[in-house]
This record gives sequence, structure tokens and C-alpha cells, in this order.
Amino acid sequence: MSAKTLYDKLWDSHFVKERDDGSALIYIDRHVIHEVTSPQAFEGLRLAGRDLWRVNSVIATPDHNVPTTSAERSAGVAGIKDDVARIQVQTLDDNCADFGVREFKINDQRQGIVHVIGPESGACLPGMTIVCGDSHTSTNGALGALAHGIGTSEVEHVFASQCLVAKKMKNMLVKVDGELGPGVSPKDVVLAIIGKIGTAGGTGYAIEFGGQVFRDMSMEGRMTVCNMAIEGGARVGMVAVDQTTLDYVKGRPYAPTGEQWEMAEAQWRDLHSDADAHFDAVIEIDGASIEPQVSWGTSPEMVLPVSATVPNPSNENDPVKKEGIERALEYMGLNADQAITDIQLDRVFIGSCTNSRIEDMRAAAAVVKGRKKADNVKEAIVVPGSGLVKAQAEEEGLDKIFIEAGLEWREPGCSMCLAMNADKLGAGEHCASTSNRNFEGRQGYGGRTHLVGPEMAAAAAIAGHFIDVRELMQH
Amino acid sequence: MKAFTRLQGLLAPMDRANVDTDLIIPKQFLKSIKRSGFGPNLFDELRYLDEGYPGQDNSQRPINPEFALNQERYQGAQILLARKNFGCGSSREHAPWALDDFGIRCVIAPSFADIFFNNCFKNGLLPVVLPEDVVDSLFQQMYDKEGYSIVVDLEAQKVISPDGSEYGFEVDSFRRHCLLNGLDDIGLTLQHSEDIKKFEQQRRASSPWLFQDL
Ligand code: SF4
Repeated sequence: MSAKTLYDKLWDSHFVKERDDGSALIYIDRHVIHEVTSPQAFEGLRLAGRDLWRVNSVIATPDHNVPTTSAERSAGVAGIKDDVARIQVQTLDDNCADFGVREFKINDQRQGIVHVIGPESGACLPGMTIVCGDSHTSTNGALGALAHGIGTSEVEHVFASQCLVAKKMKNMLVKVDGELGPGVSPKDVVLAIIGKIGTAGGTGYAIEFGGQVFRDMSMEGRMTVCNMAIEGGARVGMVAVDQTTLDYVKGRPYAPTGEQWEMAEAQWRDLHSDADAHFDAVIEIDGASIEPQVSWGTSPEMVLPVSATVPNPSNENDPVKKEGIERALEYMGLNADQAITDIQLDRVFIGSCTNSRIEDMRAAAAVVKGRKKADNVKEAIVVPGSGLVKAQAEEEGLDKIFIEAGLEWREPGCSMCLAMNADKLGAGEHCASTSNRNFEGRQGYGGRTHLVGPEMAAAAAIAGHFIDVRELMQH
Repeated sequence: MKAFTRLQGLLAPMDRANVDTDLIIPKQFLKSIKRSGFGPNLFDELRYLDEGYPGQDNSQRPINPEFALNQERYQGAQILLARKNFGCGSSREHAPWALDDFGIRCVIAPSFADIFFNNCFKNGLLPVVLPEDVVDSLFQQMYDKEGYSIVVDLEAQKVISPDGSEYGFEVDSFRRHCLLNGLDDIGLTLQHSEDIKKFEQQRRASSPWLFQDL
């Protein structure tokens, strides 16, 4: 038998059959759903008189447009002021009740962002195929799972058949060796990778993140990295299973126990690429060279080390790229050659499925502890990724650290990541955001998003402009 | 998806060219979380004399008596007779959803816009292309005779008018197969149900923890 990559192994173990047109039917183990992309899929089932193929494969939670202030949250679904949001959340409740789907409802402590609650509850496990109607489903790849986003018609397809029609992708290895410097976070690693390969660099590939940096990284850090695979163009990002993975999974509410744990562990230990496996593309980066990153433009690939200056279009020979830089500078209200550290901020957002787990909360709290938010920052909100993250953070007193520093401590949800609820940027406002997309208007019409890690966002809240978090760490 | 084999039904006119999907179902109705319930707002701007918005009680709205689908003689029509380039504009799948919800199973026209044409097949609706002169003559006969109903036979690929005239039409063989058997993408996959079940059983045996209740 020839050597296989991790992706090859996961693909092969879920391959049901080849269809006449050359595509494959792939079996789906776990289907995570939320309020925005599921209603029409349920409706489609009803219209066709179909049922769920396997109800215990589905887990649901509302996240995209739940409000994050405790005032609005206290009354549950009925308290949601926005009509469209309330109807969507209510519809998710109704659909889950009708079809018998397990749902972590709006004020259940286990509620949270889909990609946070999956690994946290143990509903998402190594070796699984995992889908969700949301492109950041790749987060789960950190577990050594094959996970990616799907559209609403595919949601219905998986509901009814437990399968997805798919074509196999190519294999890419992104290898980051060496050791990260102090103050350099997993978010900086993935932003640096995207800066190098570009937003289309991974198109058509399943990316495996390998090398010493990922071996040394925590599970939550690996999730941050896999989360943004899609921003590098790849629908799938993953990390091989090792002891860190097993330690993380063990004891989670839905993780196997006893004899089944032994069986599972034996299978999971094989979830890595064979030594001589073939990759269609290999990218290598020296971990020691990565600095804290800040995105300056309107695409995640428009990212630079915090010590850099904003690009000057006149240094660019390629006319398409040159125009892209000019447009981005104009939208972002920046001048060519301006230092990144000169960018003044109006708002700070710490949250989203990229950076809202407990380690992110701790990292941000460590930076703001005993300091005060700068006056020019109108609002800095910290939005934990789930009710359980929130509870854990409060037990550790992190909420108090944030509040004392002048930041707001919110209820879990997607929040300002996509601005479907009330949390959004005003036109022209600059935001240091730990989310994953800096597209025009993503965080509110005319809003200007700068993607950073949680430490860098926290440091920006204190300084009022971008600053190398390592400077704050020395004092 | 509903199968489409042979349909005998009343014909109703949509007598204008370039009917776009916004006319079929205006954008304010796309906020819905459903894909059914669009029937009352099909051709909203033509059917009613006021401006429509979601959640209204449509039975209280002023009806446009000039509009064909509001007239007594076309009630219960299942086949829509239309003009050139039907279904142009936005790709919204709500357009076939609205036609279907209203009760239309087949649209006959000299030509269709591409995406709409495709979306019809996904939703159990049959778009039939007939030559312009044939469509003209069908319009004439329909206007002349109240209760004018025709047969659309997908198996034989023919439209048959009451006087026995037959008009053949073309349809892609794969799509024809899917419509005749009521197979959408999901239906096609479910043809492999036995394979999926077999796979699932093996998986349950080797990795039982994947199948525990949540
Ligand atoms: S936090 Fe943002 S990116 Fe993540 S699931 Fe929610 S909306 Fe999508």
C-alpha cells in the first residue's frame, strides 16, 4: 500500500462510492447547524416529505445573530429586538424540536459559536467528517478531522442522506519549523502564512499544518490556525493527531469513555501523514522569523508585521496589484508608507470563532491587566465564544480584569465578526479585530477592520493605536 | 422532488416578453426563512394594485382585475404560457418556488433565461421550449376558448392540444430522467441508500462512539 497523507486517510475512510460522473459520495459523521443557513434546508425536507437520515449526527446552536448584551439576552429568544434575528433563532428552536435535534439554546450555558462548541463539547472528534453551513468549519481540522463549510442545499442533502457529493482535493503541506518568539501567537502564524501564500494560494487544496511550531502549539492555537485556512483559499485545514490532541479530547462530555476510548485512541493514533506521503505542494516558513501581524487592507493577505509600514503603490510594478493597493488604501483611509503603529483605533473587538476560546481570553487579559483603555477607543468589547468559556473566564476573574481596564464583557455569539446583530462599526471607524475577515463592510458599512491576534488587540485597546505587544510585555 | 410524467391542465397566459425573476417574486419577499408560501406573492406587482410587503394579509389587498391570473376563467391553471426570455434577471430560486407554490407545474415559452431554466428542473417544474409560431397559436386558441386545457407529456416529449395537434419538444435526457422519477440531487443520492446503509453499519461496528446520542 502506498503512503498516505492525513487527508488521504480521512477521505478513504469516509468514501461510500463513486458516482457515474466521477464525483464521490462521502459519509458525514457530524453535522453542526445554526440559525442562518438551516431554515430553508429544513423546509426543503418538509416539502419533499423527507426525514433526517440520522438525527444523532446533528447538533445545533444559535450564534450568528444572537445579541451579546446581557440586557437583551436575559429574556431569551423573546428578548431579541431585531425581528429577522428573532424569527431565525425561534425557527431553529422549532425545527430542532420538530425533528428531534439536540440544540444548545440561546441561554443554555453550552450555547456558543458553532465552531467553538463542537470541539468543546466533544461532539466534534478526531477522525470525523464534519460539515456545517459556515465556511469556518475548518476550525475542527485541528482535531485531525476532515471538516469544511457547505451551502444550504448541501445542508439539506446531508440532512436527508448523511452524505455529501464531493471531489477529492489536492494535498498541501504548510510546514512551520523552529520556535515562535515570545508574544507571537497562533493568529500571527496563520496571518503570516496567508500573507505568504495569498488568499487564493490554497484553492483546491486541503492544507495540513505540520512542523515543530504546530507540534508545540496548544489545541486552541491549532484551532485558530485551521479556522483561517479558508482565508488562504483552502476549504480544509488540519493538524495531525498527537498526545496534545488526545489530552484535549479526553473527558469532554461527548467523547468516548472506557473501552470505546481505547478503541478510538487506537484509531486516532494513526491520523497523521505517513513519512513518505506525497504532497502536491509544500510551503515552508521559519517560525522564528514570524512577528506579530496586523492586516492593513481589505483582504486577509494584505497583512504585515507590526514593525512595517503600509505599502506604497508606486513600488508595485504589476498594474493589477498596484490598483488593488490603491483601492485598499483609499477604503482604509491610510497613506502609503505610513507606519502600522500610527494607525489610530476607534474600536476593538476580541472574539469570533478565530479567537474566543479560553486561552484567547487569558492572553488578552494578561495584556490589559492593571492598565486602562485609551480614551480615543470608543468601545472595546470582549465576546467569549461560548457560555462555558464565559463561565471559565469568570471563574478565573478575567471578566473583572477586562472591566477594570475599561473593556466590555459580553454574552457569547458571533457578534461584531459579521455584524448581523447590533455590534457593528460605524463608517470610517478603524477596528482592531481578532476575527478572520477584513472585507469591505464586513463589520459594518464603511467599517475598517484590522485583523490581529488577541494580545495585539488588547495592546491596541490600551495604546489607542497599534503597538508591538512585546513592548508592553517587557514592563 | 415531485415527479413529472404527464400533465393535463388548464393553460393561463403571461403575455409579455422578458419577464424577470423580480417580476415573478419581488425582492422584499426574499427575507423569508422558508421556500414555500411564496404563491400569494407570485407576480405581486401585477396581481395587486398596492405595494406588497412580507407578512401582509393578502386577502385584504386590492386585486388588479385586468391581470389574467386573477380572472375566473384561469383559476386552477397548472400550465403557464409565456413569451420570449422568461425568467431573466437574478438567480433567485424563489422564482420557481413561487410558481410551484401557486400551483404552476409547467411553463411553455419560446425561450428561457439560463439559470431560471436550470432552477426549474431542481424544483420539479418543467420548462418547455416551443417555436414562436406554435406559442402564438396556443395563445390564440387559449384566448378563444374558455377552459382551454392541454396535455404535456414528458415521457413522449410532446405537447398535445385539444384538437389533437402534437408539438414535440427537446429536453436533456439526464434531466428528463430525473424529472420523470422525481429525482433531485438528494433523490439521486438516495438511490444509493443501500450502499450508504452498508457503509454506515461497518462504521458503527468499527467506531461505535460516532453513533451515540447527543
Ligand atoms: S464568528 Fe464570524 S466567522 Fe465565525 S462562525 Fe461566526 S460569523 Fe462566521
